Amino acid sequence: MSGCGCKTKDNKDVNIICRCEDITLEEIRAYIYDKGITDLEQLRRLLRVGMGPCQGRTCTPLIVREIAAATKEPVSDVPLTTFRPPTTPVKLGVLAGGDDND
Amino acid sequence: MIKTADAVVIGGGIIGCSTAYNLAKMGLKKVVLIEEKYIASGATGRCGAGMRMQWGTEPNAVLARDSVAMYETLEEELEYDDSIELKQEGYLLLAYNEKMVEQFHKNLGLQHKLGIPSRWVTPEEIKELVPHINLQGLHGATFCPKDGHCNPFKATDAYAQAAKRLGVEILTYTRVTKLLKEGDKISGVETTKGTILSPLVISCAGAYTRELGRMVGVELPIYPERHQILVTEPVEKLQGPMVMSFYHGIYCQQVPHGGFIMGLGDPNEVKDYNIKSSWQFMHEMAAKITFILPILKNLRVVRQWSGLYDLTPDKTQILGAIPEVPGFFVAAGFSGRGFMIAPVVGKLMAEVMLGQEPEYPIDMYGVKRFESGQLYVEPSVV
Ligand SMILES: Cc1cc2nc3c(=O)[nH]c(=O)nc-3n(C[C@H](O)[C@H](O)[C@H](O)COP(=O)(O)OP(=O)(O)OC[C@H]3O[C@@H](n4cnc5c(N)ncnc54)[C@H](O)[C@@H]3O)c2cc1C
Repeated sequence: MSGCGCKTKDNKDVNIICRCEDITLEEIRAYIYDKGITDLEQLRRLLRVGMGPCQGRTCTPLIVREIAAATKEPVSDVPLTTFRPPTTPVKLGVLAGGDDND
Repeated sequence: MIKTADAVVIGGGIIGCSTAYNLAKMGLKKVVLIEEKYIASGATGRCGAGMRMQWGTEPNAVLARDSVAMYETLEEELEYDDSIELKQEGYLLLAYNEKMVEQFHKNLGLQHKLGIPSRWVTPEEIKELVPHINLQGLHGATFCPKDGHCNPFKATDAYAQAAKRLGVEILTYTRVTKLLKEGDKISGVETTKGTILSPLVISCAGAYTRELGRMVGVELPIYPERHQILVTEPVEKLQGPMVMSFYHGIYCQQVPHGGFIMGLGDPNEVKDYNIKSSWQFMHEMAAKITFILPILKNLRVVRQWSGLYDLTPDKTQILGAIPEVPGFFVAAGFSGRGFMIAPVVGKLMAEVMLGQEPEYPIDMYGVKRFESGQLYVEPSVV
């Protein structure tokens, strides 16, 4: 895992895994190892990883790797989550058929 | 593999987790909870997770009133090391015609009798509560400041973790395929991972409770109905209260995390287990919400999904023993309000299953009401 160069208050390195929701590798590992939650669906819902505007494009593969390492299963065996529309965030005003003015 | 248990709870939503926790808390040693997927994968994890005391029938108003009070102290009660993200900034129920004004005043009368702090608010007062609202067509609204919202994944996790600490065994990715009987009585369940013998079995399986009933020859009047919902990107805090319009069939609230969650009840929805998302929903939702709350038009939708309501003919839940099958209990048919009343329901179900006098009389929620015609038709459902 490559570091992002971010630091905590006490100057420790942290790895931000989910940029939308600001979730670190350390937080994800705490859920996986301390709470024993190795289900991607459940991690997403408890930590909001992958729930932000990018919908998990960056973080999901990284988390899947962490889960696979913890459960000692191949990455390909980790069940993926359901993809939900829309593919890119759309404004309510556009969906309503009105003007798209900021 | 055959196991034995003192009680089996079917369903890992908020109702099953609350019931399992209460059974263990009341001293039952071997409680097994069985969930087909993961905890909160059903309606619970798909719901709006709003909680309101502003109901139109006494049974619903009482269950909601006391459950909201329990949610206020849930983190301490369950020794949860995280937050359930409780927000209490009220529900605003909008009245768009005279008939609604009349019904709402009737509801307020009932709510005041029960000590619920709701009140009538004029259009001017509405504007103070939600400055960005469009007053067009509005006659007024009712408001209860104690109504609110919390995070359904966290609340269910809180119950599940507390239940585990009390010895409850939680089996996920395990499906109940058969209910077992000995004579008339329930004697256990067959699952995809083996048989569990138990003198007490409760179905907290949401709409699927109908299918479980059928396994022991009981026809429960519970109908699945898809309800769709969406969430926007998180933004700075704009809105305190939940805004709900029965006229438009919609609700919309900003959750503490910053996103707006909104949903729509479609009167033409087919009664089946379909939970696919539709584009029509997005457009209809967007059109209605940008009429009521125009500034939301600049917010981006990040995700839509849907889940099942478990509806009954009077839109009131079925709680209690199934008389034809001793040892079999049901807590389902929540008709869109199971989340907000889960703390009380779990407690009541544990009391009834253990043969104790429940805290409230629960006969009125019994399945026999559909034969006797003693229904409680709830007027205030989206
Ligand atoms: C879009 C939407 C919005 C809603 N908004 C609100 C709201 O704002 N406030 C509110 O209070 N309520 C709301 N509700 C209703 C609320 O979600 C439900 O009433 C509540 O979550 C019920 O919880 P439950 O535990 O009974 O059911 P569920 O959460 O559905 O749990 C049942 C579980 O049983 C499992 N199961 C089913 N069959 C089997 C089997 N054979 N073996 C093993 N497991 C099985 C399922 O996998 C499921 O996880 C909403 C519902 C929807 C769909």
